Amino acid sequence: MVYQQTAHLHYQLLKLTGEIDLHNSPQVRKQLLAILNQGNSVLVDFSQLSYIDSSGIATLVEAFNLAKTNALKLILVGAVGAPLQVLELTNLNKVFPMVNVLDDIKE
Amino acid sequence: MTSEFQDIIEVSNLVTHYGQRQVLKNLNFSVKKGEIRVIMGGSGSGKSTLLNHLLALLKPTSGSIFVDGLDVVNIKGKPLANLRKKMGVAFQGGALFSSMSVGENIKLPLKRHTRLGEHTIDIMTRLKLELMGLAGFEDLMPSELSGGMLKRAGLARAVIMDPKLLFFDEPSAGLDPVTAVELDELILKLRDAMNMTIVVVTHELESAFKIADKITVLFDGEIAITGTVDEIKQSKDQRIVDLINRRPRNEQVDAEQYIKRLTTGKN
Repeated sequence: MVYQQTAHLHYQLLKLTGEIDLHNSPQVRKQLLAILNQGNSVLVDFSQLSYIDSSGIATLVEAFNLAKTNALKLILVGAVGAPLQVLELTNLNKVFPMVNVLDDIKE
Repeated sequence: MTSEFQDIIEVSNLVTHYGQRQVLKNLNFSVKKGEIRVIMGGSGSGKSTLLNHLLALLKPTSGSIFVDGLDVVNIKGKPLANLRKKMGVAFQGGALFSSMSVGENIKLPLKRHTRLGEHTIDIMTRLKLELMGLAGFEDLMPSELSGGMLKRAGLARAVIMDPKLLFFDEPSAGLDPVTAVELDELILKLRDAMNMTIVVVTHELESAFKIADKITVLFDGEIAITGTVDEIKQSKDQRIVDLINRRPRNEQVDAEQYIKRLTTGKN
């Protein structure tokens, strides 16, 4: 897994590539929580993510909850394939705000 | 690499004895990655023995067993521990520790085998409880759950590490029909979303026909047939036809051998 952080509008964009598993999800967690704790809303780009395990999903739940508590936004971008199926399996597709492409983010 | 077409389980010429009795007779068996394979067969057909071999709990008399590319017959120590981390097993009765709460049981593998933080582990545990329809049962003790709930809690623990390979012994036995159907749905979803390979041992025909990519039927330690649901349904093999129609076996009696067994206790 590699991640890349850039700015997009007033969001921080965290692009995840490859696979998130037990070994690297703590890294993603650290990054996500740091962005939110600095007072930034975050876009998590799933478009190049091929796999996410439950520890990755748990990390997103924790981050989403922190965003909500701090009146910030956490939005998933471009989830497809297996990661989308995991979100559907856990019903989190009905909880997390999700958009298909980055262009759908207007403000 | 076309890894999805690889065999994750490869069993060749497997022979096993319990004492003098041969229980598996030259078995050849393979399962592809992402497949749901159902193993059927009556009591004493060798299903549990085969399952125990795949879990590296039993050594064969001869033959080879490879799971995820590893030689399971000769594996030990750290490689075995690593392989076990990739395998989830849900046993018939749930097999939870009675002295721990349901939640503690489910999170046990994560606490033992990962360095994830407490908070992540708690959420992962609750995600799996939700998935199994056991939300809110985290703090109960296993003795406070019904049989169906115990089975689902056992499954939650089996998949807590997101195993590549899930073994499931008699998932629907003892469940009411609605819960049994829900469990079948769950098995299908787990495969699709988590890309798990799932080996299910079951007696339930309806469940087998619903979830299986392929079914292997064992009779007396031998594979009678391995085929798709349609192939099984269309089989002309009388033993398979009897299995599907739930007819009792009409075994041929070898009079001489029968008398010998009765009088001497030997085959």
